[in-house]
Amino acid sequence: MPTLPNTQEPVTLDTFLRGLWEENPVFVMLLGMCPVLAVSNSAINALAMGLASTFVLVASNSLVSLLRHFIPKQVRIATYIIIIATFVTMVDYAIQAISLDLYNALGAFIQLIVVNCMILGRAEAYASKQPLGATIINGLGIGAGFTLALLSLGAVREILGAGSLFGIALFGDNFQPWVVMILPPGGFFVLGAWLLIFAWVRQHRQQRLDQEGVPQHDS
Amino acid sequence: MTADSVTFIFLNAAIVNNFVLAMFLGICPFLGVSAKRETAWSMGLAVIFVMLVSSICAYGINWMLTEFEIEYLRLICYIAVIASAVQLVEMTMKKYSPALFRALGIFLPLITTNCAILGVALFQTSREYSFMQSIAFSLGAGVGFTIALMLMAGMRQQLELAKVPSISQGAAMTLMLAGLLSLAFMGFAGLGSQHG
Amino acid sequence: MNQEGINQAAVDPGLTYRMLRTLGLVATLSGLLVVLSYRVTLPIIEENKRLAIERALFKVIPGAVMRRDFVITDEGIQRAQQDLEGTTLYAGYNQEGRLKGVALEAAAAGYQDVIRILYGYDPYCQCIRGIEVLKMTETPGIGDKIARDADFQQNFIALEARPHVSGQGLEHAIVPVKHGTKSEPWQIDAISGATISSKAIARMLNDSSQWVVPIIQQHLAVVEAGALNIDDDQRDGPEASLLRVEESRYAHTP
Repeated sequence: MPTLPNTQEPVTLDTFLRGLWEENPVFVMLLGMCPVLAVSNSAINALAMGLASTFVLVASNSLVSLLRHFIPKQVRIATYIIIIATFVTMVDYAIQAISLDLYNALGAFIQLIVVNCMILGRAEAYASKQPLGATIINGLGIGAGFTLALLSLGAVREILGAGSLFGIALFGDNFQPWVVMILPPGGFFVLGAWLLIFAWVRQHRQQRLDQEGVPQHDS
Repeated sequence: MTADSVTFIFLNAAIVNNFVLAMFLGICPFLGVSAKRETAWSMGLAVIFVMLVSSICAYGINWMLTEFEIEYLRLICYIAVIASAVQLVEMTMKKYSPALFRALGIFLPLITTNCAILGVALFQTSREYSFMQSIAFSLGAGVGFTIALMLMAGMRQQLELAKVPSISQGAAMTLMLAGLLSLAFMGFAGLGSQHG
Repeated sequence: MNQEGINQAAVDPGLTYRMLRTLGLVATLSGLLVVLSYRVTLPIIEENKRLAIERALFKVIPGAVMRRDFVITDEGIQRAQQDLEGTTLYAGYNQEGRLKGVALEAAAAGYQDVIRILYGYDPYCQCIRGIEVLKMTETPGIGDKIARDADFQQNFIALEARPHVSGQGLEHAIVPVKHGTKSEPWQIDAISGATISSKAIARMLNDSSQWVVPIIQQHLAVVEAGALNIDDDQRDGPEASLLRVEESRYAHTP
C-alpha cells in the first residue's frame, strides 16, 4: 500500500487518480464494504449511494482540513465523527426531498454512511494533514473510486439479475433473470469475483515488472 | 408466533434476516476478525454486549428526542452513544480480561464504526419497536452476527490447510465463502411465519 | 478522550480549554447546519409524503380524488388530530364529496420479512376494492408478484368482506385457495409458486377486515360527513387541500 504523505504535497492529477485505482477504497483498501454490498442490487441505487458518500467525504474532509490546526489531537476522532454525522444528516434530508422512492430503496444505508470507514480513515490520514485544495481533489478521487466500485457491482448485478440497466430493459421477454444476483448471496459473489480480477491484474503486473527488472537467467 | 412477537423478532434478526449474511451489516469486522475461532468468539460477545447497551440507550434517546421534537439530532446522538458504549466495553475488558483486550487489539475501537451496531439502532427506530421488541432485536442481531462470525472462522481455519490459488487468498475467498453461507441461510426463509 | 489525554490535560491546563473550545465550536456549527437543512427540506418532504400516500390511496379506492384522515379509537371513528392515538383510517371522496371508500394498512409476515399493504374497502358494496403493496422483501420474480401480477390483482376488484349478521367479524372469512380454484367472491386465488407470499396477503386482509369492517359499518355516518367543511384548526394542514362542499350538494344514498 502506498505510504501516505506527512508533508504537504503539490496537487497533481495523480492526487485525483490515486483514488480510482491504486487507493481504490473498495477493491484495494477494503473499506466501506457494507453499503457496497447492500445497495448495489441496482445501478441507480449504486450511483445514488456513490454520489451521496462522495459528497459527505468531500464536505466533511474539507471542514476537517480547514480546522486542522485548531483541533487538539486528543479530541480529533470525536470531532471528525460529529462533522461527518452532520453532513450525513444533511444528505439524508436532501435525498428525502429529492425522491422518496429512492430514499426507501436506499433505506438506512444513507445514515450508515456515517460509519463508512473510508470517510473517517481519510479524515484521519489525509485531511488532518493536507491543505484544503489537496483534500478536496483527493476526496473527489476517492469518492469517484468508490462510486465506480459501486457501479461495477450494481451494473453487473442488475444486468444479470433483472435484465436491465438503470431500469431500462436490455433483453427481451425471453430473458430468464439470474435472480440470485440481486439477492444477498449475489452481492458476495460479484464482489468476490471483482476482487479476484483485481488480484489477478495486480499479480500479472507484478510478474511483468519482475521479469523486466531481473537479468536473464537460463530457464 | 405473530409478526411482531418477541420470539419472531429474535429469530428473524438472528437467522432469517441475519445481519451479516442477509442485511450486509458488519462486513468489515466479519472480514477482519474471522480468521481464528477464539478472536471471532470474543468479538462476537463484545458485539452482543455493545448492541444491547446501544439499543437500550437508543430507545431512550429516541423517546427523548421525539418528546422535544428534535429528531434531526438523532444520528449524531446515536453515534455518540455507541462510541461511549464501546469505550465502556474497552475499559471493562482492559481491567477484567487484559489478555482478551490484547488479542482483539485494534478491532475493539473499530466496533464504533461497525455498521451493525448503528444498524440495530436505526432499524429499531424506523420499525418503531417497543422496548421489549428492541431488546429482542438487538440480542438476535448480536447472536446472529456471532453465529456468522464463528461459522466463517471455522471454515477459514480449515481452509488454511488447503491449497488455494494465490489470487483468491484473503478477502476474495472470504467473500465467496460468505456468499455460500448467505445462500445456505436463505433456506431459513419463512421460519416462524404461520402457514395458514 | 483517553487516559493519555487526561494526563496531558493535567500538565497543560490550556489543553482542556482548547479541547472544550473545539468541541463546543464544532457542536454549534453542526447544530446550525442540521437545523438549517431540516427546516429547508421539511415542506418538500411533507409534500412528497402526501403525494405518495395519495397515489396509493387513489389506487385502492377507485373514483376517489379527495382524502380525509380518521383515527379508529376505543370510542369509534374520529377525525385525525395531532395527539390522537389509534389506527389511521383514510377516507376517499369523489369530486362532489361523496364517500367512495376507506383504506387502511395491514401487515403480516411473508416469506422473507414482513409485508405491509394498503387496502381499500368499499362500505357500500361491502367488498375490498384494491390493494397496494407498500413494503416487502419477497423474492424478486417469485414472491414479489403479489405487487406486479395482473392475475393476482384481479382478486381484489371486488373481494367480498361482508360483516356478519351478529355485528362481529365477517360473514365469510377471507381465505387463500390453490391457484385456479377460486369459486367464491371471498376467496383469494394464490399465485402458483408463491403460496407463502399469497397466503400472507390473505391472512393480513382477513385479520384486518374481521375487526375493522363492523366498526366502519357502525360509524359510517362520521366518515361520510368527512368531506363537509374544514375545521378551522385544520385549515392550514394537509386537509386544506380538500375543497369545501356545500351541504346542499351532498346527498347520501345507501
